[in-house]
Amino acid sequence: MRKKYDEQLEQLGNMLVEMGALIETAIAGATHALKTQDIAQAKKAIAYDKEVDQKEKDIEQLCLKLLLQQQPVARDLRFISAALKMITDMERIGDQAADIAEIAIMLAGTPYIKALEHIPQMAEATVKMVSESIDAFVAKDLDLALSVIKHDDVVDELFDIIKYELVELIREDSKNGGQAMDLLMIAKYFERIGDHAENIAEWVVFSMTGKHKDIDIIENEGESSC
Amino acid sequence: MTNKFKLRNVNLWYNDFQALHDVSMDIEANAITAFIGPSGCGKSTLIKSLNRMNDLVEGCKITGELLLDGEDIYGDIDINLLRKRVGMVFQKPNPFPMSIYDNIAFGPKTHGIKSKYKLDDIVEKALNDAAIWDEVKDRLKKSALSLSGGQQQRLCIARALSVSPDVLLMDEPTSALDPISTSKIEDLITELKQQYTVVIVTHNMQQAARISDSTAFFLLGEMVEFGDSEQVFSMPKDIRCEDYITGRFG
Repeated sequence: MRKKYDEQLEQLGNMLVEMGALIETAIAGATHALKTQDIAQAKKAIAYDKEVDQKEKDIEQLCLKLLLQQQPVARDLRFISAALKMITDMERIGDQAADIAEIAIMLAGTPYIKALEHIPQMAEATVKMVSESIDAFVAKDLDLALSVIKHDDVVDELFDIIKYELVELIREDSKNGGQAMDLLMIAKYFERIGDHAENIAEWVVFSMTGKHKDIDIIENEGESSC
Repeated sequence: MTNKFKLRNVNLWYNDFQALHDVSMDIEANAITAFIGPSGCGKSTLIKSLNRMNDLVEGCKITGELLLDGEDIYGDIDINLLRKRVGMVFQKPNPFPMSIYDNIAFGPKTHGIKSKYKLDDIVEKALNDAAIWDEVKDRLKKSALSLSGGQQQRLCIARALSVSPDVLLMDEPTSALDPISTSKIEDLITELKQQYTVVIVTHNMQQAARISDSTAFFLLGEMVEFGDSEQVFSMPKDIRCEDYITGRFG
């Protein structure tokens, strides 16, 4: 009945999955570069940012075309408007992965003041949040989106642990200050990535329920899913 | 919020065919209520029931309660007076083959107004209310058939307004018009709700979403969903309504 329209919506879903895969790869690449102090790997992670930006533009163009040509209503309108909001957060995640990789380049060649333990955990947690928020959008899985929102607390806790550890390291030896600042910046970028992934999940909830940042949905339905 | 119409368990048959099934709804005064649904769903039948236009159809039988300001439309009521209170505008503009002035003065004259001054006032007010006065004030004696489609439709709205109705029923009033005329009529309808209660049947989902306060979705003679238009078009409750407005069937 509405073949072209459905094909365009499917294409939009596929493009979001592709953009999601790009930012996941960028975060994983930046994290790997940080762990191994591998400059080439870090540069590769930075290069993904351009692809992410291009994908954002392509998706934005498709959304505007859909609004113009199909004048969507109801769940189609929510799907398209959620996609438009989500790509802004996804683009920011791409920027932050590149920022992490840039700091990784600066830190390469200098031994770490402490073995990286919680930063890779933050990376793992945020990649999971990003990947699950996109999966939730495509599969229209409300429970999964709600679990992503809840998962941001884990990332926030890890940030607090890292901050505390770095303060201790500076207290022990003020020479640690410079690198501690860089590591704190990295932790902050991961914490922001977690926030953006949470935003994405909130738009997924909106696309399914029509409600954005609704406490009742997050708390009541979230209870049953966690 | 006051209700202009109160409908309870309305059933309507054309001979053996049941066109409306147990429709119950309240239509708010000074608001725009849209009826939507696929062809044959009963929306035009229902709108015509609101001023007893269906009386003209042979074999038409109606049961249930239809109240206008608390008064039974199908009870002991003067039909001419009912149709004066509940005016109607149709899909295709249908001006009478007479002058612009006479088109508007026709209704009031029928209802006994003879004074030329009074009629002049009524004609000017009705044409003003229908946002067409400036375009026709210098050619009131010209034939209404010389007007464009969009102007003819606004003239028909003015004609409906000339007898000071409470309610304006509109059955797809813009489906035969170009986008500019459609936009003018939509602006006009939005203005009119200050003074009148408007009920509109439309096949244009964007139009219903743009101008109406409440929307009722009909399917196979049944009112499936009725609610605030913003809710119906962003978060419909019934999957059949959602599938229809998103073009998945219909």
